[in-house]
Amino acid sequence: MSKFKLIIFIVSLVPAIWLTIALVTNQLGANPIEAITRETGLWALRFLWLTLLITPLRWLTGWNSLITIRRMLGLYVFFYAVLHMLMYLWLDQFFDIDEIIKDIIKRPFITIGFVTFTSLIPLVVTSNNAMVKRLGGKRWKKLHQLTYFIAVASSIHFYMLVKQDKAEPLIYMALLILLLGVRIYRHYQKNALTIRTSVS
Amino acid sequence: MLIRKKRLGEVAANEITDYQTYLNRRQFLNGAALAVSASMLPLSMAHAESEPVPTFKDLIKSQYSTEEKPNSFEDITTYNNFYEFSTNKTYPAKMATKFPDKSKPWRVVIDGECDKPGEYDYDDLIRPFSLEERIYNFRCVEGWSMVIPWVGFPLADLIKRAQPNSRAKFVEFTTLYDPEQMPGQKRAVLDWPYTEGLRMDEAMNPLTLLSVGLYGQELLGQNGAPIRLVVPWKYGFKSIKSIVRIRFVETLPLSAWMKAGPKEYGFYSNVNPNVDHPRWSQSRERRIGEFLKRKTEMYNGYGEQVAHLYTGMDLTKNF
Repeated sequence: MSKFKLIIFIVSLVPAIWLTIALVTNQLGANPIEAITRETGLWALRFLWLTLLITPLRWLTGWNSLITIRRMLGLYVFFYAVLHMLMYLWLDQFFDIDEIIKDIIKRPFITIGFVTFTSLIPLVVTSNNAMVKRLGGKRWKKLHQLTYFIAVASSIHFYMLVKQDKAEPLIYMALLILLLGVRIYRHYQKNALTIRTSVS
Repeated sequence: MLIRKKRLGEVAANEITDYQTYLNRRQFLNGAALAVSASMLPLSMAHAESEPVPTFKDLIKSQYSTEEKPNSFEDITTYNNFYEFSTNKTYPAKMATKFPDKSKPWRVVIDGECDKPGEYDYDDLIRPFSLEERIYNFRCVEGWSMVIPWVGFPLADLIKRAQPNSRAKFVEFTTLYDPEQMPGQKRAVLDWPYTEGLRMDEAMNPLTLLSVGLYGQELLGQNGAPIRLVVPWKYGFKSIKSIVRIRFVETLPLSAWMKAGPKEYGFYSNVNPNVDHPRWSQSRERRIGEFLKRKTEMYNGYGEQVAHLYTGMDLTKNF
């Protein structure tokens, strides 16, 4: 692993370490379980937004080796999402399968959260080099476009669970629109360019 | 990430008084009061800043108190939904340290359908009433709960003095509107000022309390100082804080939460494990300080005193 990757690896662990220390030293307030559930969910979201930032950042800066950390950031999305999910399954539902199934069917924000989480699994499974080779670049890329769906769905999950003050989820949604918007803009600009060049 | 950094000189949560120490200290103080002249007492108690300082003496013990162990003073005063300050539950404790502004008198208007309306200074308002300690379960609509040793008097006592007339079918309560003191009101998260309402028989129920304190001391800003409602069989948001107006009305008053989400928040908002919030279950709750969730009880465990108020009503419709 390069030094750069190692630094990113350690920095990405900081929120988890921070939460653990805060929990042990009683800094998470009166309802630490709620705090951890919220924070792990938020960090999964933040890492997801970061993975989506890599490509536009490469366009903007030409710093192409950024791509080498995208997979790791993606795996950190899963890492924090697993913690978030575990908090729900364990401390909210105490692994009561019947209750969990009922909850997933009955509560739209849980349904969306659950679908989002399960959508991450094929991406994690196909994240190593061998799988990229086995699937072939094109198919692998197609599969990993699932990320866009996951991002949209998780921002809706966040929006729906907030009781009244929607400011925070709306900020995440605005950032997502920006991240997806630059891709759409670039796509059409590229098309326009190919049309122009083919004409001339 | 919102992790509270411990400031220098701040007391850690585990050093803060729990209910047993609070009781022991009160016992000690009662003993000390015999030896020391009563006027000296406030001085001797003014030591650590963040410790609950008992300011109410000779509180009547109530038959309505629960046997359950109250949450710590720290929990009760640092985990608050008080959107007038912030929608973050840890912020009101930091933002309301000077609330209410001591230089402005706190006035409470009592009006509407009653024979003895009036406007009172806080001190004059509460003077006629004998204060009790009532340890109540408190269940938030979000699915968490606490046990809180309130100080207050029955709302019924105040209503009797105001002498509502025959047109008074409901009581409407209003919170202070003052964005300078309550900066959360600068954002339209709810339709300010916050209002709440009770049916007359709910308001007259002996459990319904006007609270002026908790843990034996005056309410802190974040808990709804200087005077708030406590309706223990209803979700917490019904227990309106920092009241400036109590009005008797003929028609059902709309509450701030009914206006914000009529499908999610009804007029009654009785704690009911069988009627879910449209977005989440109400069958269980996390008692602050406990690891696993516990079952939510019908009327928050106060069915014996209040179930008769709702006989024959469809609680799914009248949520």
